[in-house]
Formats: sequence, structure tokens, C-alpha cells
Amino acid sequence: MATVTVKDTGTKARKPPRLIETREHTVEIVSDPGEGAQKCGQIFGAVAAKMGNGAWTVELIPAEIQPPPRIPAGASGNRIRIGSGPVTNWGDHANVVVAFNEQVLLNRHRVDGLAEDAVVLLENMWKEHPDETIRKQWVAAMKEISSKRYRVIEVPMDELCRTVVEDPRKGKNMFVLGVLSWIYQRDMDLVRDQIGFAFRTKSEEIYEKNVALLELGYGWAEENLDFQVLIAPEAPDVPMVVMNGNQAVALGAAAAGFEMTAMYPITPATSASFLLGEMFQDFGGILHQAEDEIAAVGVAVGASYAGKTALTITSGPGLALKTEFLGLAAMTEVPLVVVDVQRGGPATGLPTKVEQSDLLASLFGQPGDAPHVVMAAATIEDCFHSMVTARRIAETFRMLVIVLTDANLATGVQPFPRPDPQLSWIAPPIDQSPVPPDVRPYDWDPKTGLSRRFIPGQPGGMHTVTGLQHDENSKVAYSSDVVQRSSTMRSRKLAVLQQALTPPEVHGDDEGDLLVVGWGSTKGAIEEAVDRTREEGLSVSSLHLRFLSPLEPGLKEIFSRFKRVMTVEINYSDDLGDPYITEENRRYGQLAWLLRAHTLVDVDCWTRVLGEPLRPGSIHDAIVGRLVRDGKIGSAPRRGKKQGKGGAA
Amino acid sequence: MIATCSLLQASLGGDERVFSMQDYEGAQARWCSGCGDHAVLTAAQRLLAEEQLKPETTVFVSGIGCSSRFPHYMRTYGFHGLHGRALPVATGIKLHRPDLDVFVTMGDGDCTSIGAAHWIHAIRYNMDMVVVMLDNGIYGLTKNQTSPTTPEGYPSYTQPHGSFLPPMNPLQATLGVTNASFVAQTAEWVPQHLFATLQAANRHKGFSFVRILQRCPEYTPDLFQLAVKKPDKLMLIEHEDGVLVPDLHEIYKNRRSHDPRDIEIGRRLAEQNEPIPLGVLFRDESRPRYEETRRVRKFSAEDKVKRLNEELDTYAV
Repeated sequence: MATVTVKDTGTKARKPPRLIETREHTVEIVSDPGEGAQKCGQIFGAVAAKMGNGAWTVELIPAEIQPPPRIPAGASGNRIRIGSGPVTNWGDHANVVVAFNEQVLLNRHRVDGLAEDAVVLLENMWKEHPDETIRKQWVAAMKEISSKRYRVIEVPMDELCRTVVEDPRKGKNMFVLGVLSWIYQRDMDLVRDQIGFAFRTKSEEIYEKNVALLELGYGWAEENLDFQVLIAPEAPDVPMVVMNGNQAVALGAAAAGFEMTAMYPITPATSASFLLGEMFQDFGGILHQAEDEIAAVGVAVGASYAGKTALTITSGPGLALKTEFLGLAAMTEVPLVVVDVQRGGPATGLPTKVEQSDLLASLFGQPGDAPHVVMAAATIEDCFHSMVTARRIAETFRMLVIVLTDANLATGVQPFPRPDPQLSWIAPPIDQSPVPPDVRPYDWDPKTGLSRRFIPGQPGGMHTVTGLQHDENSKVAYSSDVVQRSSTMRSRKLAVLQQALTPPEVHGDDEGDLLVVGWGSTKGAIEEAVDRTREEGLSVSSLHLRFLSPLEPGLKEIFSRFKRVMTVEINYSDDLGDPYITEENRRYGQLAWLLRAHTLVDVDCWTRVLGEPLRPGSIHDAIVGRLVRDGKIGSAPRRGKKQGKGGAA
Repeated sequence: MIATCSLLQASLGGDERVFSMQDYEGAQARWCSGCGDHAVLTAAQRLLAEEQLKPETTVFVSGIGCSSRFPHYMRTYGFHGLHGRALPVATGIKLHRPDLDVFVTMGDGDCTSIGAAHWIHAIRYNMDMVVVMLDNGIYGLTKNQTSPTTPEGYPSYTQPHGSFLPPMNPLQATLGVTNASFVAQTAEWVPQHLFATLQAANRHKGFSFVRILQRCPEYTPDLFQLAVKKPDKLMLIEHEDGVLVPDLHEIYKNRRSHDPRDIEIGRRLAEQNEPIPLGVLFRDESRPRYEETRRVRKFSAEDKVKRLNEELDTYAV
């Protein structure tokens, strides 16, 4: 570890900085909560997008609002991966880390978040702190990180910021933004604009102080640092927008013409409702915060029954509470869209961290047979467009549609092509025309199971929908033929939808040694990993599923062209070779379960629950490990670092 | 004046239909003979005919239980949903469609036990709907289990040695919730009072909570036996702004006048078990109604696309 103290170099004649030209770089900014590292990261990410760089930002969030200061578990901040072209995931390791104290740096070090040769810009006020305990912690931390080749640059953030603000805890973040702006050669006008936008509700004085801090940081870096990074943007040729997945869900809801969203606060879903709360009324929409998760879905079901398809947004524990109502929606054929922003489970689990553990619960969580649609957004752009698709399917098929996103998409920020809103996306006005005398409330087309829905206000259509088994007239019926027929009709709709779906596209060659199958937010990381293995000459392709119920057509045929099929997922599975684990008792990843049952192919899986997104390097290693085990290749050189405990299966 | 009149005619849209009680009759009721639900069903059908509510813009919402079969026996729109969850469904209907007349029927278990959270919050929302709780002090459909309103010591299959707890008083509970706007009690065996109370509830703008005391001939036949036999076990709570049925004065001598604006006296009356108070305990139409607070302007699809483009511009790179 090289330590550079640059306190006193200000007046010395300096060499021009070394310019590192690269196609991508990853930056992390970490602090105690409340010190604004997240704000700094968000602005830095937005500026990258605006300058035409590809970018993916991930929030690093502790579960508590105000954990004690200076503890590793309290690390709060942002990781921003910037590229010349599009960036589809958070990458492997950070190249530059700015830490507001050595304890939050330890957090990133201990989770193997930093590259071997990462540059660490570290606040040095703790080194000679009056409190002896803190000084000792500093020394211990320096010893701990000395196992790596980090280049640690001490930065007198507190001391310098005091020249502008009384409490540097409320200003260091803008100083750091200035430092990073110099390193990455950011357009300072854009940075100032973005600060103005971020603090648009605050006073002019606050804006000016922030800009003063920004410039202080920029100036300090210019005088003291000896390297700059150039990531030449390959500006996309279509208009782009930049937002996180929850914002995309909210805007997608408006684009789809939803007019009722009922929710109950739950991490990490809630922030979708922040944006709806601000703007939904401008689209004729109501965001209703219900007394609990059950009431939230109940209100959505009631609204849907009486008018336009409604929406409810939740996360795993909320999905569990909504279960009975989801069954009711299926039974009554009231269209409904549910967004589940998945987090780590079970129970309260990991409220702020990503997992893909709700797949089976969302598919099979309802007691009884409750056929419905389950879709998964693979990208932030998907979060937007899924809402339009889901609303339309729900309405056309009189069905429940569950859209799965996750904490990685919800809080990740990425630029994507600007959606071009269409009139046809928007739900039509509700039908209040009289119902012809011969039409029944469940006039199932015997071939498709489809029937026309009519709603209160339509003369001649009076009937009572019921959660009990019922016939075409919505009359309670327990007779065997009605139960069998109505169950068939409700299920048939899924088959009709399945036949309308297009087969998924294989990423890479159409045949080979290994096909990696994923779903949800792992798409970018999986494809990056697959591309790396392909560059190494391995015969690997991937497939990403957006529909989980019904499954997209042609899977068995596609699988048959590969010697091995393996899912990669962020949920729990047993690893073969672990104590007691055999082919007979092994528990598989959730998509693997589903695909094995669906295709009768011996689908393998590699899954991890690390409380963070999968890194492409770890997936790469898992793929190589799988091929080695199958004897397709000899031991291959490991490129990435192992993520968490245990590498390849 | 002329403008108002022509508007009025336009809104009637030439609808000259006249609805009789029979027009509101749905399927044949399947409750036990002697069940109090029959009287409530008749009173509701009479109310709709009296008020000439259009069948297609009226929605009956229920949960699960004997009384929750109610919507099936009406010829209006109906939603027979989940145990304890009638109120969230009704909230969704009224919030999205304030133009509809919404009635909610729940039993004592439905409302005060499994649905208790929704009950408290629905009182707070104070949406314009008639909410009747048919209280027979027992779970009937699932065959004789203790409910929160079962009298202390009263046996059931789940508590054969008698209910362990003092019963919950739903009137007190309702009156204790912020934004309560209409709280009344009536009894199925006094049909004129039942009808008058439902009518007052329907005319009240807000969440009109009516507890209907009723007998279950199967499991709690003796619950109100004394009150049925002895009119002086009841006390009519009367007011022009509440319920006032002079025809009942012949039989029910036990009466007191109560201005339903006075919540303090309303609360004291709600506490009273002997004699049982029947009438409107509290009413205040000035309380805010959620569907009005949340009323939104409607926009055309073109407006929405334009607005969305503006919103997307703020995220433009």
C-alpha cells in the first residue's frame, strides 16, 4: 500500500497529470449516512449520462436511517460505473473510492468491492483526531487494508470545507463532487446545472455554497492530484433519459393510463410512489396510501372492478399479505397489476438489498388454482414499458398480472432511449353503455376463456361478482361441471397468451456447450460474463426470460441445442458437493425449478444470495467452473475475483 | 334558474323508469328462516325503491359470512369478496367512482374482528357510503364460534364454557375514531325503525355506520329475546335530524330526545346496555369526505401524452 500525503504540495511546481484513457471506470463514494455521499453519487451519475457516457449507479444503503457513525455496517453511498458505451450492470470492482472515514472504507474493502490497485481518496481528519480510540481505529484500518495494493491519498476534506461551511458534514459531498469532476474531466457547467436541479427546492444561498464547495474540491484536485481519467463518450444517436427503476415504474404507470394506485410503504418499493405522489394527479390519477398491504390491494381490486385497471406496488412481505386478494382477483377475473420490487427474504430479510426470491411465491403463492401472468423487468427501460404491457394484458385477459422488479433496478440509475408515449398505450375511457340482454358476466368463449367485462354504471349488467365458484351468470355454483368448466376457462386464457408470445432470442450462438438462462435484473451482468467467456473461446450463450407465466414458447427446443443449461439467479440454492447435498435432495434456484418442471431438461443452476447484485466476474467464474466440471475445458485462468463465499459450483 | 332546470332535465337523460321493490330483488335468499338478515334485505329493497336509486349505479359490497351473501339477493351491482375485506373494496370503488351509490354489509366477525383495521380507517376516510354491521353476536356461517360481540359467558363451540371476555362495543369504538360522521343503532325486529335508520344513513353524506342488532335462530336465539318481548328494554333515541318514527310511540314508551350533533351525549348513550338505545347517536355532515378530498380532474389521452412528454423532458440526457 502506498500512502501519499499531499497536504503541502500546493505551491510546488508540478508535472502535468498522467492521463488514464479507458473504456470504463467504476467510482464509489461512501460516508456515514447523512453526509450526502448518495447525493454526490447521484449528481455524478446524472452528469455522466448527460455527457453521453453509459452509466449504471447503485445505491449502497444501510438498513437503518441513522446507524452509529464510523462503523463499517453504516456505509452509505453510491457506486457509479461509467463507460464509453452503454453500461448494463454495476461491474466487478471499484477503481476509485472516496471514503469520508476509514471505517466505511473498511466496509467496501471487506466485501471485496475494490480493485487490487484502487485509488482511495480518504478523509484524513481521523488520523490525528483528539480521541485516542479513533486514532487507534485509523491505524488498525490502515493495517487491515495493507493486504491490498490500494493507493491511498489522504484528503483534508474537513479542514478545507470549513473555509466555506461551518459544518463540513453538510458540505464534504460537494467538495468530493468537485474532486471527481476534475479527475473525470466533467463539464463544470453541467455539474453546476445538476446541483441546481438537485437542490431546486432549496435557497439560492445553499446553491451558491454548494457551488463554492464544488469549485474548492475541483481546485484542490487540480493542484494536488497527479492523474486524470478519460472515458471518451460514444454519445448515443437517439434521445436518452436517465432515471431509476422505480421512477420508470411510476412514469410507465402514467404512460399506461392507470388512474388508481394503492400502496402501503415498504422498502424498496416505496419510492415509486414518491414520484406518483408528486405527479399522478396531473394524469387524473389517485395515489392512495392504504392502512395496510391487504387494504392496498383491496382498494386496487375495488377500483379495478368499478372502472379502469388499477395498480398496487409492493415488495415481498407485502406480496405475501396480498395473497388472498390476488386469488380473489383471479377468481372474479378483475384485471389487476401488481408490481413486486423484490428484496432479500424471507420475513424482513434484507429490506434494502437485492434478491430474486419471490419468483415461486408470485407464481404459486395463492392457495387454489389462480392462473395469472408473471412478468419480470430485465432493465430499467423494461420497468417503464412493462407497465404498458401489463395493463394491456390485464385488461384484455381480465387477469392478474404481477410484474417483478428488484432493489437493483429500483435504485439503479441508467440512461436509456427516451420512450415515445403513444395514445394507444393509454387505457380507454370506461364503458358505460347498456349491456345487451343476451350477454352474461362470464360469457366465456369456450375456445379462449375470454369474456367481456362489464362494470357498475352499465344498465342491464347488474350482477354480483363473487370469490365463490360461479357459473357464466356469476351465480354461486358448487356443481362439479361448473367448477371444472370455470377452472378450465380461467386457465385457458394463459395458453392463449402464451401462443401470442414470441420465442426468446439467444444471446450468442444458437447452439453450444452451455446455455445460461436468467430473468430479471441480472441480464446485463450475465451477458457481460457470457461475452467474456466467448472472447476466451468458450462455447457459451445466454437467454433471458421476460415472461415467467406463461413461459415464452420454444424453450425446450432451444435447450436441446445446448449440452448443458444452467440458470443464474440471485436466490438460494444448494451447491452440489456441500455436506449432505446430493442430486436427490438438492434445492434448486427458483427459475431452475420452474424450467426443470416445464421442459423436463436437467437444468442446473448457479445462484448466490449476497445482498448485492451479481458481478459479471463471478458469473464468468461460475460458467468456467461449470465447463471444467463437465470436462469441456481444462482448468481455465480465473479472471474475476470470487464474489462472496464460494465461487463456481 | 332556467339554466339550472334545463341542466336538471339533461342529467335525467329522459330516464323515466320507476323502480319498485321487486326491481331490486335478486336471487332467492338462502338464510335460515327466522334469520334477522331477511328483515334487513327487505328494508334495503324498500329503501332503494323509496329513494329510486338506479340499480346500475348502486353497488352492494360484502365480505364473508351469512350476512355477506346480501349482494346476491339484490338486483344491483354487487361484490362478494373476502372475509373482513369489504371496506377496502368499497373504498376502491368509491374513490375511483364517486358517482356510484355504495352499500356495505358486514357481520360482527367480519367487521370487528378480522376486518377491524379496515373498519377503523374507513371511519377516518369518511367516504359517502352506507355501512351496515349485522350483529348477531356469533359466527354463524362457520357454525357457532365466539365473536368479539358475543356476550361474556355466552357459550359457543370454540368457548363452550362461555365467552371469556367482555364483549366489544362497536358503537363506542366507532365514535372513538377521528372523523366519524354518522353512528346509529337499530334492530331487525323493529322494521319501521330499521327502515328509518337506513334511510337516514343513506341521506347522510359520509360514512354512515349502522349497527343492526339481530337474532340468529340457530346459535343465539335468546340473545335479544327479552328485548323482543319487552319493548321497555329498548330506548328510542329520537330527533328530527336523526330518526323519529311517531308510529312506534304506541309500543315504545322508553324514549329520549337527543340532538345527534352532541357527540358527548352520543358516546354516553353508546355505552348504555340497559335499555338498549336505538337511533342516531351522532351525525355531523361537515366532516371531510375522502373521495371529495381526493377528487381529481380527468384528462384526455392526448393531454396525458403531452403531460408525459413534459415529465420525460425533466429526465432527458
